[in-house]
Amino acid sequence: MEFLGGKLLQVVIALAVFAAIIGLIMLLVDRAPKTVKDKVTVAGFLAPAAILMLVGLVYPAVRTSMLAFTDARGQANGMDNFVWMFTQPEAVTTLRNTVIWTVLVPLLSTVFGLAYAVFIDKARGERVLKALVFMPMAISFVGAGIIWKLVYDYRGPGIEQTGVLNYIRDALGLGPKQFLLDAPENTIFLIIVMVWIQTGFAMVVLSAAIKGVPTELIEAARLDGANPWQQFRNVTVPGIRGALVVVLTTITIATLKVFDIVRTMTAGNYDTSVVANEMYTQAFRAGEPGRGAALALVLFLLVLPIVVYNARVLRKQREIR
Amino acid sequence: MKNQKYLLPAAAAGVLALTLSACTPPTGGGGGTATEDCSAYDTYGKHEGKTVSVYSTIVDTEATSLEESWAQFENCTGITVRYEGSKEFETQIGVRAQAGNAPDVAIFPQPGLLADQAKAGNLKPAPQKVSDLVDQNWSADWKKYGTVDGTFYASPMLANVKGYVWYAPKTFQDKGWEVPKTWDEMMTLTRTIADDGTMKPWCAGFESGEATGWPGTDWIEDVVLRAQGPEVYDQWVTHQIPFNDPRIVESFNDVGEILLNPDYVNGGFGDVRSILSTGFAQAGQPVLDGTCAMHHQASFQAANWPAGTNVAPDGDVWAFMTPPVDASKGTAITGGGEMIGAYKDTPEVQAYLAFMASSDFANNRVKLGGAISANKGLDPNNAQSELDKQSIELLQNPETVFRFDGADLMPGAVGSNSFWKGIVAWINGTPAQQVADSIESSWPKG
Repeated sequence: MEFLGGKLLQVVIALAVFAAIIGLIMLLVDRAPKTVKDKVTVAGFLAPAAILMLVGLVYPAVRTSMLAFTDARGQANGMDNFVWMFTQPEAVTTLRNTVIWTVLVPLLSTVFGLAYAVFIDKARGERVLKALVFMPMAISFVGAGIIWKLVYDYRGPGIEQTGVLNYIRDALGLGPKQFLLDAPENTIFLIIVMVWIQTGFAMVVLSAAIKGVPTELIEAARLDGANPWQQFRNVTVPGIRGALVVVLTTITIATLKVFDIVRTMTAGNYDTSVVANEMYTQAFRAGEPGRGAALALVLFLLVLPIVVYNARVLRKQREIR
Repeated sequence: MKNQKYLLPAAAAGVLALTLSACTPPTGGGGGTATEDCSAYDTYGKHEGKTVSVYSTIVDTEATSLEESWAQFENCTGITVRYEGSKEFETQIGVRAQAGNAPDVAIFPQPGLLADQAKAGNLKPAPQKVSDLVDQNWSADWKKYGTVDGTFYASPMLANVKGYVWYAPKTFQDKGWEVPKTWDEMMTLTRTIADDGTMKPWCAGFESGEATGWPGTDWIEDVVLRAQGPEVYDQWVTHQIPFNDPRIVESFNDVGEILLNPDYVNGGFGDVRSILSTGFAQAGQPVLDGTCAMHHQASFQAANWPAGTNVAPDGDVWAFMTPPVDASKGTAITGGGEMIGAYKDTPEVQAYLAFMASSDFANNRVKLGGAISANKGLDPNNAQSELDKQSIELLQNPETVFRFDGADLMPGAVGSNSFWKGIVAWINGTPAQQVADSIESSWPKG
């Protein structure tokens, strides 16, 4: 209790400090001379965010970019880290896996989420059905990893199975399977965990978008003789295009950065490593910060176009409105 | 009224000051009444109200014993030791040191990790008093492990002996199996048990989160030391010979005769690859259940048996040392131990380090059971189990060839990354030569 009280006090104090700093800035801005007031106001309100951006984002990004061209001792080594990345078989596997993840997870999550959203739309108990699929979103990636590790657990043939899936396989007479060890399908079994989490997100966003499609349009399509698939394909999907793009890009970015699931379930062994996991392993466990930074840089370059695309789509939509 | 305008900034400053004081973490227990006899602790001085933060890999009951063994030191010196154990230590210590959030003292489970931190300039050299104590209480080999580039940084703490083979004495007696004296005898026994058919001869488990594979490195090290000798072992861990040297690959194959043979493993769990999905702490269990005859694991396995298991030569379970390949060359054992390095050199940290290097600490801790030390001032009779006593005598015997766990001596990129991963790939079916080549290519250049 004492511990909890201390933490609560810290939270309250942190909030108070935040309020005090904001108050201080407002006060100082307010006291600026009339002639330069506009500029001071703009600078005053931008400064905290700008400083935090510089310290927390720009500086680390620049430093990481520089680190990417150094070896374990901090000496510049040109493109060596990148040569390593694209030639070492394990590093190539890592890149390959990341591609598989980024293709499959957004696609499957969105398809399942969309299908579910369409089927339960206006169904009885819609809220409960939604909550069921949305619930995995509330579980941390590490928690999900541990849960699924138990689901995939393996014991040899003839020994009582502790994992649900192998128990079922045994009951069906298929014999147990090393889900997490058998490459390359083990990557798929890890992807299932991510899809399980992200489907809820896709479903909730798309369901809201579907409800925003004007019923008049759908009715008109029905009167024109469109069957349900044609209604869905030609009316609903174009109507939710913006939401689809947001869902796809958001999940893609989350997937590119996936780390926790892989680290918890296989630690990147058995050909399942992905860029983010390898980045951490190289930088902090193997003592090769240069290689870690190089991987981080590649990850950044991979995420960048998606973020740019996302931002542009959002801006276009705003212009339409 | 004008004064009110200055009230807000003043209040803000006050709140900020409060925050800073609130950020200092709450102090734990410690202190207490000093009713015990403190004469033995006079040498460490008085440091009333001071705190030393300690970070290590040791958790659960072992952590409780550790804290208990310095409780009197806390009472007598007034120092509060704020202990934090984490299984993520190996990855987190580097992160914390880089982030400027290092503990006062870190208990390193690996000399390699210690060397990395020392070379990065994060650690403070050990005080002279600690250095003298280590000269007095430990062999030169042990001191060497705490020395980086000629500077002595860390004193050894506890030790463990690796390479024990655990078995159920009753099963051996019932079946008429003899404890092997040489490697060849052990392979013959393995064959006999496999032919007998009531159980698999061996069980193993290498799963350990992101450290998966490490128990396999112990196997390889034991065989390199015994089959190729201490000279080759030293050259191997210091990279004077490459990792894919034929003698090392040969040792992989020697171990592979057991671990990669589906007739010999994996009692109680399944096939060869189930070694990778079995947690190292559960892997010995089938020895008690009678579904597996032998389990290779360090002395700390004694703590992994369920409560109430009698660990004794005539008990539920007992261990023999992995036998030598050539018995005439004497006993060679591998082992491990922790190294205590400091990120600060305040008087209270120095006092704590001196205590940890003393024989008082070793005796205190060993009396609580479940631990041993190579400290020469340790009385073997303080050991709480027959196994601990046997291990202490092995460690203190000047005839024994002792070598530190090889993976712990290799650079982090190998010893706590590619070697583990190599073992995983090898058990998963990659040929030994290819595994050794891959590990060799990961060895940091220069």
